[in-house]
Amino acid sequence: MKMWYDYLWILSLSYLILGFFNILFAWLGLICFFTPLVISVVKGTKGYCNRYCGRGQLFSLLGGRFGLSRKRDVPNWMKSKAFRYGFLIFFFIMFFQMLWNTYLVFAGAAELKQVVTLLWTFRVSWQWAYHGELLHPGAAQFAFGFYSVMLTSTILGLITMILFKPRSWCVYCPMGTMTQLICKVKNKE
Amino acid sequence: MAKTTRIPRKAQVMESLCVACGCCVKVCPMKAISIYKGIKAVVDQKLCVGCGKCVKECPASVIEIQEVGP
Repeated sequence: MKMWYDYLWILSLSYLILGFFNILFAWLGLICFFTPLVISVVKGTKGYCNRYCGRGQLFSLLGGRFGLSRKRDVPNWMKSKAFRYGFLIFFFIMFFQMLWNTYLVFAGAAELKQVVTLLWTFRVSWQWAYHGELLHPGAAQFAFGFYSVMLTSTILGLITMILFKPRSWCVYCPMGTMTQLICKVKNKE
Repeated sequence: MAKTTRIPRKAQVMESLCVACGCCVKVCPMKAISIYKGIKAVVDQKLCVGCGKCVKECPASVIEIQEVGP
């Protein structure tokens, strides 16, 4: 039987769409950052991955029901601990760099850049989704940066969804790796 | 007459490579799989009928259907 949390992919999809209209919606993405961490720290489970991850549901829907996946096995290196932990560290570094850029704008040391950076490389002008000074420019800078993170990881996930199994993103998802690590530490293995 | 014995086939998880995503749990028709403390998938060998749905679903492809000894 389908439960209410089986429809959270609708929220994930809406989130991605809203970012095209008003970048400040990107702040909502923090829910996807804190919920899995809180569940793993407090309960010591990967309840977020197991039940609530809307992105995972979206991939399994597109790759499974819509058949947009070759359904091949992921290569061995992709499921190795070295790659998973390496990708987590890389993601961390990029995330803190994004936070640093946000800080610079908050501190008045840098101008707001109305840009979404895809795959940490391609700067896409995104000024159509910014409608002026409702909040401090720093808050907008964080929104652009955070949306870049979310869109980049979605694109990576879509690519591996097509090439391999629908939810192959789950294999190297930094949040999944991190919550599994937290569970290992908390449950002492 | 030779007596043929059926060797049961069941899902086995390569635990060290499991990412504990829970995809196998969702797809198991026997509710035989659970995620142990957010670390790995564990198959209840008494409930598993060896259908192989989890093998297909597993994003990391770390589940196999294997014959289990008599």
